[in-house]
Amino acid sequence: MSDRLLVATRKGLFTFARAKGRKRPRWSVAKTAFLADPVSVVLADPRDGRLYVAIGHGHFGVKLHRSTDKGKTWQPIAAPAYPPKPDGQEEKDLNGKVIPWNTELVWALEAGHASEPKVLWCGTLPGGLFRSTDGGESWKLVESLWNHPKRREWMGGGAELAGLHSVCVDPRDGRRVAVGVSCGGVWMTEDGGKNWAQRAQGMRAAYMPPDRQYDPHVQDPHLVVQCPAAPEVFWAQHHNGIFRTTDGAQSWTEIVAKPSSFGFAVAVHPQDPDTAWFVPGVSDEERIPPSGKVIVTRTRNGGKSFQTLRNGLPQHHAYDLTYRHALDIDETGDRLAFGSTTGGLWVTEDQGDHWETVGEHLPPVYAVRFA
Amino acid sequence: MARVLFTQNIQRHVACPPTDAPGGTVREVLDRVFAGNPAAREYVLDDQGAVRRHMVVFVDGRQVKDRVRLSDPVQPQAEVCVMQALSGG
Repeated sequence: MSDRLLVATRKGLFTFARAKGRKRPRWSVAKTAFLADPVSVVLADPRDGRLYVAIGHGHFGVKLHRSTDKGKTWQPIAAPAYPPKPDGQEEKDLNGKVIPWNTELVWALEAGHASEPKVLWCGTLPGGLFRSTDGGESWKLVESLWNHPKRREWMGGGAELAGLHSVCVDPRDGRRVAVGVSCGGVWMTEDGGKNWAQRAQGMRAAYMPPDRQYDPHVQDPHLVVQCPAAPEVFWAQHHNGIFRTTDGAQSWTEIVAKPSSFGFAVAVHPQDPDTAWFVPGVSDEERIPPSGKVIVTRTRNGGKSFQTLRNGLPQHHAYDLTYRHALDIDETGDRLAFGSTTGGLWVTEDQGDHWETVGEHLPPVYAVRFA
Repeated sequence: MARVLFTQNIQRHVACPPTDAPGGTVREVLDRVFAGNPAAREYVLDDQGAVRRHMVVFVDGRQVKDRVRLSDPVQPQAEVCVMQALSGG
């Protein structure tokens, strides 16, 4: 059961703590850090309790910081940096935009397998995946993926550059890692990163001409998550729908949710691969909650049907959007939290049947993580 | 020796006191400064060693043109200012 919630926002990191109240538990801000600075992602490493944040300074570039005392103090650590670009090598994406060999944003930060206690994974814009084997003291670009000829065909989605936002480490075997790319599909290695294969077969891209819609390389999964208790099952909230695989990403099946299948975030129950949550918007062209009411959708049967959860959520002219990393579930599967672009933050302790507003005026929320 | 001055806003993240450094180009001068203050390098230069997109460098009041190789000349006694660009917001 997680009693602490880390909230990464456009203007700082907020740590919420749970306390017993007279009627019900209260979640409130216990700590702030990096106030005024954009915190793009936060990681609470379950293996040793260390915390990591990525700061994306507008002028000064991307920086990483680590805390070994639960956020009391922070120390700067190395940021992932691209190796020198070979002389004369011109790289442009399909739209003619130059692809920089430069960390523009840290968009994913995940702990490695339990058997590799110092391994960390880091996803970036413009699409590079980095690995650290010393707890973030140093980083190395995973060149096998970066040098894959198909990587140069990746393209930007909401951001102008392609970005690697999801890293799923198989709890059975740390050599099996799946990553999600906007836009570049889902890639998987089964040998610790030596070789990579595209694994987005079955995903559909409504934004492409008919004969390209099932091309796995053009898919835009907004977020990919893996069920820890059933690692063959992944869920993806995609640009134009929801997809699920039950065979370790050999094939994906499209799922239709009511009232909408559009959104960025998805959470899967840690023990039950058939139960997942989404925070929908109307569509890619209308990135607002359906009817101006903030809702969460939940399926308990693998996507055959969905329930709309709204108890405790704003239902009157609310235009909160939830970004891909701004929904999280704790290890019990009972507690979930999500934050919004307009500074709302909500927590449930009963899988979404009831929600409590715990933040109303936060900066835009980028990421939420139980710790 | 050139005199190198840094924007006040960088000081919140990494101490960058005014520093005297020799060198005939912006690259040579900054390399010397960052050799003594390695944490500052990544705040000013990107992964490829170019000036960060939203940073600017002036030499005696003139904006540096070669942002990639930093080959603009620096005269002895010059003043090199590392500033934020307004483009970064």
